[in-house]
Amino acid sequence: MIKHALRWTALLYLFFLLVLPVALIAWRTFGDGIAPFIESLSSPEALHAFQITFVVALWAVAINTAFGVGMAILLARHSFPGKRLLNAAIDLPLAVSPVVVGLALVLVYGRFAPVGGWLESLGLQVIFSTPGMVLATVFVSLPLVVRAVEPVLNELGTEQEQAAHTLGAGPWPTFLRITVPGIRAALAYGVVLCLARALGEYGAIAVVSGRLVGQTQTLTLFVEERFQNFREGDAFAAATALALIAVITLLVTKLLHPKHRSMDSR
Amino acid sequence: MAIQVRHINKSFGATPVLRDVSIDVKPGSLTALLGPSGGGKSTLLRVIAGLEQPDSGTVVINGVDATNLSPQRRNVGFVFQHYAAFKHMTVYDNVAFGLQIRKRPKAEIRSRVKELLHLVHLEQFATRRPAQLSGGQRQRMALARALAVEPQVLLLDEPFGALDAQVRRELRSWLRRLHDEVHVTTVFVTHDQEEAIEVADTIVVLADGIVEQAGAPHDLYDNPANPFVMRFLGPVTEIDGELVRPHDLELSTSDDQKCGPQATVTRIVRLGFEERVEMLLSGQETWAQVTRGTAHRLALSPGSTVYVKKVDDP
Repeated sequence: MIKHALRWTALLYLFFLLVLPVALIAWRTFGDGIAPFIESLSSPEALHAFQITFVVALWAVAINTAFGVGMAILLARHSFPGKRLLNAAIDLPLAVSPVVVGLALVLVYGRFAPVGGWLESLGLQVIFSTPGMVLATVFVSLPLVVRAVEPVLNELGTEQEQAAHTLGAGPWPTFLRITVPGIRAALAYGVVLCLARALGEYGAIAVVSGRLVGQTQTLTLFVEERFQNFREGDAFAAATALALIAVITLLVTKLLHPKHRSMDSR
Repeated sequence: MAIQVRHINKSFGATPVLRDVSIDVKPGSLTALLGPSGGGKSTLLRVIAGLEQPDSGTVVINGVDATNLSPQRRNVGFVFQHYAAFKHMTVYDNVAFGLQIRKRPKAEIRSRVKELLHLVHLEQFATRRPAQLSGGQRQRMALARALAVEPQVLLLDEPFGALDAQVRRELRSWLRRLHDEVHVTTVFVTHDQEEAIEVADTIVVLADGIVEQAGAPHDLYDNPANPFVMRFLGPVTEIDGELVRPHDLELSTSDDQKCGPQATVTRIVRLGFEERVEMLLSGQETWAQVTRGTAHRLALSPGSTVYVKKVDDP
């Protein structure tokens, strides 16, 4: 009896929270067939939003991958003063609201701030431009690669790397041929998570981009702008596109998940 | 000398692990570093390989001061206790790794790996992954991988430590035969005195970070430098405060000759060919190891009175 009640409660809860809203968006998007959907997404503004979203996301993923692997090796393989502080700092982006992150970046890199002013004198505009958006996205997705790779590095241990050293391999060949294959699955998992987070980021991007239509407008900003301007068709089409991308990355993530993989290989 | 270790000191934090250790390893020899766990033998092996940096002292390999050389420049083969197999590579690629790093021609690598897999009896496992091998096979793969680069010295850390008793005994005599075939200077770490005596031609006893004694196995067994070495290398018992080997005790039931002190048998344990006779000698427990024939001839049983004599130099 209780089991049934719990099951129905859970199903109803998920239905009203998740299934109904998503289904409604899809229904509103495709209610008049696929033509309006394609038309909405092929406007110059929409295409530009796609482009800027992917440029920012790819830069952010590339930076976080390099940084994440380096940081994970530092945390898993070395001990140094301040390690615990660093460990805590890596998780900070999860706790801080993205809007706060955006504001903080404006305070440092804005045109009238010392660092931002200096960079601008060198010809590099950060805020209201792509570098600032990349910076904001990197910040909010900072822990994802590190936290995916670090436990696997710990589990892997150092013996294989030491064996490679005694066989004549220097640090770089050892990293490429022993360490990277060892963390491959976890790294891929972290990268996909990071990509999903980067594509969906709104709060920090909204602050640092200035929301300039056709210039710094990402897909999430596009959805919001069209919705505010009573262009619901465009908003729903872009939202559906974002949801589809999210579902695809989620599927890839499931396939790449380390636990899932290790169960297969045993 | 193939390896000269001089005045090595090494501490982990405040704990000294090696204290002024000096050893010599002859070219082509098979040397055992023997000692209780925590005695510093693995650390010494890792210092020779360059995997640990000593606090002071020098390591000379084939006349070259290697103290400040990184492990990849020392040209030593190292076999880890838990094999450290490259899990994502096949057996073939594991063995070929060192040669590929040295950018040897492909054909040469192929023939060398084939030859080594033959040597360690793993030819038919070339395409397997380490996870598909048994412990003993993994150990032999690790050995082939270390030998592939033709190291100046081969270092093995507890090579049989993680194997069960049966495989252990097989691999032991196999290693001895392999060494006679390949003739590479070999140093291995073990805490098992029987293993050291059976396999090695030189034994270095290390305890508490100090070299207690070094020499040929029979020399250490017959002429131990101190009670510790004597206790560690074989069975001992005590008579009148003196340490003796239990098989060096002669028992008799008649006191017509000068037969030494009198003791009372408390228990007799049959161990196949031998029997272990436990006795009380002036209130102290002691025991002798005798053949089954002797025990039978003396008709020993708990409660019998025997006379105990030490046999000098059999």
